[in-house]
Amino acid sequence: MSQEPRERTNGESDGAAGGESDVTYEQARWSEGEAYEPLLIEKDATSVSVDSSLPDELTRDELELPAMREPEVTRHYTRLSQMNYGVDSGPIPLGSCTMKYNPRFTEDVAAHRGNRVHPLRADDDKQGILRLLYELQETLATIGGMDAVTLQPPAGAAGEFTGIQVAKAYHEANGDDRSEVIVPESAHGTNFASAAMAGYDVVELPSNDDGRVGVEALEAAVSDETALLMLTNPNTLGLFERSIEKIAELVHDAGGLLYYDGANLNSLLGKARPGDMGFDIMHFNLHKTFATPHGGGGPGQGPIGVRGDLAPFLPTPQVREGEGEGGCETYEPEHSIGRVHEFMGNWLVLVKAYAYILRHGDEGLENVSETAVLNANYLAERIEYDVPYGPFHHEFVASADSDAADVAKGMLDHGVHPPTTKWPEIVDEALMTEPTETESKARLDDLAAAFNAVAATDPETLAETPATTAARRIDQASAARTPRLSWHTLE
Amino acid sequence: MPYATHAGDDRSAMLDAVGVADPDDLFDIPESVRFDGNYGIEAHSERATKAAVEGILDESPELTEFLGGGHYDHYVPSVVDHLSLRGEFLTSYTQYQPEVDQGFLQALFEFQSLVAELTGLGVANCSMYDRSTAVGEALLLADRVRATDGDEVLVPESLPDRVRSVLENYADGPDIGIDTYPTTEGTVDIDGLADRIDGDTSMVYAATPNARGLLEPDLGAVGDLADDHDALFCVGSDAVALGILEPPAAYGADVVVGDASVLGLPTTYGMGLGLFACREEFLRQVPGRLVGAGTDDDGNRAYTLTLQTREQHIRRERATSNICTNQAWLALRAAIHAAWLGPDGLVDLAEECVTGIAEACKRIDDLDGFDAPVYDGNHFREALIDVDAPASDVVDHCRHAGIALRAVEDAGEKRLAVCVTDTNREQVDGLVDALAGYRGAA
Repeated sequence: MSQEPRERTNGESDGAAGGESDVTYEQARWSEGEAYEPLLIEKDATSVSVDSSLPDELTRDELELPAMREPEVTRHYTRLSQMNYGVDSGPIPLGSCTMKYNPRFTEDVAAHRGNRVHPLRADDDKQGILRLLYELQETLATIGGMDAVTLQPPAGAAGEFTGIQVAKAYHEANGDDRSEVIVPESAHGTNFASAAMAGYDVVELPSNDDGRVGVEALEAAVSDETALLMLTNPNTLGLFERSIEKIAELVHDAGGLLYYDGANLNSLLGKARPGDMGFDIMHFNLHKTFATPHGGGGPGQGPIGVRGDLAPFLPTPQVREGEGEGGCETYEPEHSIGRVHEFMGNWLVLVKAYAYILRHGDEGLENVSETAVLNANYLAERIEYDVPYGPFHHEFVASADSDAADVAKGMLDHGVHPPTTKWPEIVDEALMTEPTETESKARLDDLAAAFNAVAATDPETLAETPATTAARRIDQASAARTPRLSWHTLE
Repeated sequence: MPYATHAGDDRSAMLDAVGVADPDDLFDIPESVRFDGNYGIEAHSERATKAAVEGILDESPELTEFLGGGHYDHYVPSVVDHLSLRGEFLTSYTQYQPEVDQGFLQALFEFQSLVAELTGLGVANCSMYDRSTAVGEALLLADRVRATDGDEVLVPESLPDRVRSVLENYADGPDIGIDTYPTTEGTVDIDGLADRIDGDTSMVYAATPNARGLLEPDLGAVGDLADDHDALFCVGSDAVALGILEPPAAYGADVVVGDASVLGLPTTYGMGLGLFACREEFLRQVPGRLVGAGTDDDGNRAYTLTLQTREQHIRRERATSNICTNQAWLALRAAIHAAWLGPDGLVDLAEECVTGIAEACKRIDDLDGFDAPVYDGNHFREALIDVDAPASDVVDHCRHAGIALRAVEDAGEKRLAVCVTDTNREQVDGLVDALAGYRGAA
């Protein structure tokens, strides 16, 4: 099949890369006095006395909230949205966050009447829900190379905690009392926090000179106290842990389990599966890999997959196909750790992720990872900052030659969101960058131009940025020194 | 490949730029762990995907639900969907670059303010996953701030098993014990609690409305007992009930947790929005994200995530919680819903939760063989009903009339729970008919 040359539109010329960007950006800035859009309570503070059929001693005397008519409520939140930046506005290449485009049809699927089902219905009365849960858990098991999956954890960190609790229950069932979880220094902060929350001592594993886990350092760290090694692969530098089989062997020989942090799964679809690498437990970040919108911080969903002999410890309820007419039923695994959410986590995220997977199919999913990796490599090629480690996959960590936080603020003025800054600390003034597969070449060229324009800007000028966002630079230290966390604390 | 395809010439230009012939060459994965198989997932057009997923969802029948039990349905005005689905909100990330994300930060600040107003407490975070994980975080907070000799948390014996199970996972790491105190006539047995509480108690938890739908009559006495033993007093409630109830801070609550998804989110198979507020003295021990008001270089008020040194991305294993992704978008929806209601609307909605269940109970109590409610007192949204027949038979009978009810497992299998809100109040006639019909059929 021949490909007709595509007619180029303005701003998509090849020449833009590495040079000047044509993109300029002025974020909406509503302003009134010394505030941007005033708080609703500043527009209208209405105190009502509570007149209730309840006894006086149970009720409040008054309630003070804004009393606005719908037109003003709509305008308020529309203005706030205009002073916000999403993937719909432009690229958000935050490393390990996988801020890809969120296909809009999944919102329609989530609005379907069949989602309005109460979790305490009898199994027979929620077959649509159970069928979708079953299909999704089996699909994720296949994608991860795992034997069983629970969909319950409501976020990635909750998935980590669940996985660690499963590992703990497994060890305890084997009469094996272990006290340590090993975490590489370049790992996500949640790994450390989740292990500590589960009561483990955290052993930090230094990285090798090549940015990966060193087999020798791991040999020194593993012992009969090792419950779990938590690993991100590719790691936060975007590097595949080439020694993964040796790592798995070392951990397993010591009687420990291997945990896969799924934050970077977007680089492996169709290419490799954690289960095949020797991982025993993994979590998926549905809001990353499977494109459910991040919603300004959440909701997400962090299902975990496990090896067969860990399945009896998974949270309750699990879903299986029942005998007979092909319906699904819930059940409690034999040695279940219990629950990690009152119900099944964030149902709407599960529905959207399932729709995303179904839309893509095998080839589409493999194309996601191929394009994500190609995009990261192309962008890294186009920017003038040094990228010290490689070969990387869907993300890379560049090193700014000045304050990375200033670089980030400077990039805002070019209509793009900056990468994650100053982390992982293994790279000086880190710019951890994950463009994702949904950015076109033209948008990657815009991103590169933004990086390079900032690289060419002197530090004094950068310190004055951003200038085109709704707010100018915010004094973080003073905000933390005198915390004002509600409108009650303002003048 | 619907969202990730480069045009042929772009793709080859990019491959040239990175110096490979095929994107597969960029994967630095040892052959021995490469995946050569297929997932076996067929691709679908957008239309076919919708049809496939909706077809699955349609396998659940449409029923009139009177279920409750921790997940409640209220009417959500259309404006909540239309505003919260604006792409600048929906597709944005956590506000690590506050200058470009003022809008969401302000919405979260307004959500925190709403929670502060409802609870009377000085500090509210911008969300936990759900009410059960919020109680779990409260228990960990108590463990950090209370220098008791032992670590034991007291919860009412009526605490739902589902919540209890989540708490046990949260309590497992620091080896905190969870024990129950008795209730009498459906509410806290103050004398029973006094017998149970001691120097080992780090936290006392009580909910209003409680698991039996009752508003607790004397939480001040619970707070006093907790205070006398240097235990944290944690109150569970929700964002609608608090619209008319006395702010828990007024009777000594140190922490208020619960569900805020009763605003902004209809029935969605148990999805929630955990509410978490506490006294200012615990500010630096709070789990989760906090939005604060600060000042920008133009001297204007601007919002930012603050006190981040509590959080996992900075403090790692010493963080106050492992939470990262939270429920921000649901907090936005709750804030919009509250703004649409206004104080009068919120009070009216809460009052409807008082009168709706009371009226339903009165009508059911008039039926032969039903005793509703089981416990005297003030109910909110739900109540227990005794029936002189197997509860499961009654549930089955109602199911044939298209009504979903729940049998309560204790009390000799002759107890039902009924939940009435603004969205099913008009179907109470049908419920009463179905129950009356059961008596007729029996």
